[in-house]
Amino acid sequence: MSDFFTLSVLVATFASGMRLATPYLLAALGETIGQRSGVLNLGVDGVMLLGAFFAYWTVLETDSRLLGVAVGLGVGLTMGIAYAIVTLVFKAEQGISGIGIYLFGLGISELLFLKQVGIPRGIPSFDDLKIPLLGDIPHIGNMFFNHSMLVYLAVLMVPVLTLVVNRTTLGLNIRAVGESPEAADSLGVSVFRTRAVAILVGNGLAGLAGAALTIELGTFQNNLTNGIGFIAVALVYFGAWRPVGVLAGSLLYGLITATVTQWKTLGIVTGATASLTTMAPAVLTVIALAIIARRAADQPAALTVPFSRDG
Amino acid sequence: MMSLLHRFSGSLVPLVAALAALAVGAVVIIVLGANPLVGYGELIKGAFGSGDALADTSVRAMPLLLVGTGICIAFRAKVINIGGEGQIVVGALLSTVTALAVPDLPPIVLIPTVMLAGIIGGGIWGAIPGALKAYLGVNEILSTIMLNIVAIQVMNYLLRDPLIDPLEIQRGTRIPQTERLSENADLPILIEGTRLHLGVVIALVASVIAWVFLWRTTVGFKTRAVGHNSAAANYAGMPFKRMTMLALTYSGAMCGLAGAVLVFGSQSHRLITDGSSLGFTGSSGFNGIVAALFGGLHPLWTIPSSFLFGGLLVGANAMQRAIQIPSALVIGLNGLIVVFVVSSTSVRDRLRQAMDISRMRTQSVAAKTQPTDE
Repeated sequence: MSDFFTLSVLVATFASGMRLATPYLLAALGETIGQRSGVLNLGVDGVMLLGAFFAYWTVLETDSRLLGVAVGLGVGLTMGIAYAIVTLVFKAEQGISGIGIYLFGLGISELLFLKQVGIPRGIPSFDDLKIPLLGDIPHIGNMFFNHSMLVYLAVLMVPVLTLVVNRTTLGLNIRAVGESPEAADSLGVSVFRTRAVAILVGNGLAGLAGAALTIELGTFQNNLTNGIGFIAVALVYFGAWRPVGVLAGSLLYGLITATVTQWKTLGIVTGATASLTTMAPAVLTVIALAIIARRAADQPAALTVPFSRDG
Repeated sequence: MMSLLHRFSGSLVPLVAALAALAVGAVVIIVLGANPLVGYGELIKGAFGSGDALADTSVRAMPLLLVGTGICIAFRAKVINIGGEGQIVVGALLSTVTALAVPDLPPIVLIPTVMLAGIIGGGIWGAIPGALKAYLGVNEILSTIMLNIVAIQVMNYLLRDPLIDPLEIQRGTRIPQTERLSENADLPILIEGTRLHLGVVIALVASVIAWVFLWRTTVGFKTRAVGHNSAAANYAGMPFKRMTMLALTYSGAMCGLAGAVLVFGSQSHRLITDGSSLGFTGSSGFNGIVAALFGGLHPLWTIPSSFLFGGLLVGANAMQRAIQIPSALVIGLNGLIVVFVVSSTSVRDRLRQAMDISRMRTQSVAAKTQPTDE
């Protein structure tokens, strides 16, 4: 255990935690925007898998990581259009259609991977970008300011989305249709259009999260996400529908995962015990949910409730 | 959720949804450079074309049917149980531990004992989110997702250390699996030479019991009432919280039974993990939801529905061999079927609502008391 509590190991573990938190953060931020507009998307994991596969395949074929990220985003947006049609036009039950999206993404990503690639081949990850000056601060620099561009992008999304939600007309509309679509509608806000935008943002970020995951790992395999998308949905509740809260939850997951991996490397825990440590965040989340549930006021009032004028 | 509670069994909606999904699948197959007619032909032959195929299909349908009957009851009480994966795993674990503890009991005692252990394990794993929802208001979708993760990691831990086959340690291979479990717990094969085992009968009986429970008992009536109109049920003095918890417990118990049957009906007669839940359950916790939805959330209609989806999953392997299209296609199509069914049901309901709208106006006060979705 004393091996773990040395400065260099702690710094390295934290830095790795930041990287591991990125896919959780991107996906959970997207889900936050969707839920603030009143739309639950349980299919995040499926969208992530599709985004991840297509990003991986693109990088494999073109060697361009940026193009891979763009394709991941594009796949997410495409799934967003589909999900907008399912939830806004057909007004399908959101919890269950999300399961359908998940199974669709799980099956199709595996199908295409086996058919088009077959044997996993490595792809290049993004190089670390050291931020001038800040990156040179001893230890702190390595913890916060020496990461790949995707990590910066994800963290930067937190203040950006906070501003958008709280300080712009679009954000006000999103919150309005999530709390009281009837009132928003009577004031001339298009519930359909606002929710569609939120769904597109949410799915786009999920696709991006998948791309970030596969490029960071430098490979793809069946069921690559292994439930990250589902955890991302829970992180939204955990973070009380606020981007900053979601950031805290994502970091917690990333740091715990990084710590467990580090402990395994150092031989502090065996492979078997590591499984038990891996489930700690899930147990914590259930406990947190039980506590948070008491202040359910944070939850958008119209979450999962479809809107139609003749109500 | 309300829209789901309207019965669409016997209607054409699920069939149209399935055909639409198969059409999408055909396009995918063509794009990937294979012949969908040959592929689907082999799929059907592989699923239903011979006695062996039918036996395999029945065995594959078994967990879907058990999970599905549980889903029927949960959804009718307006609870979404997506914790099937975890409940299957906990049921399998508890039944495995039981078989390891008392391996020498005669089959006539041991088989019911391990099945009961599965029911209890899954039931507990369903009761936890049930209690959290009923008494603390925790969203069951989230808690069941988290409990799935916990269950899988507990399984990984147990199979890598305390429950691992001693031979695996001796050989140094350390494959995370138990030893071959007691032969006295093997589910008997029903037709010699096939893989058809007693588990299929257990699943069929369970779905009939679920039907009797929902439509022939007071508790079942209350469950449906709570799901249909919780405000009215509450007003009539029905214990809403207890019903919610009961529904999730029942649903979990059925999943746990599926887990036990999966272990003792498996060909290796061991519990094996590949690190995720998919390896052991084959996504039955999710595919069972598909089967239940397809059967209109009716336990008896879920029987043919599970048989159909079991056939798709079995036949997919034959398709893979014939036209080299990976069997994962069927998982993707199952997802599409869910989306199509859920979408089309609500379309139909809205059409019905639109036609009833003039009548509704006069009863708008009554309609307002309808609970909204959580």
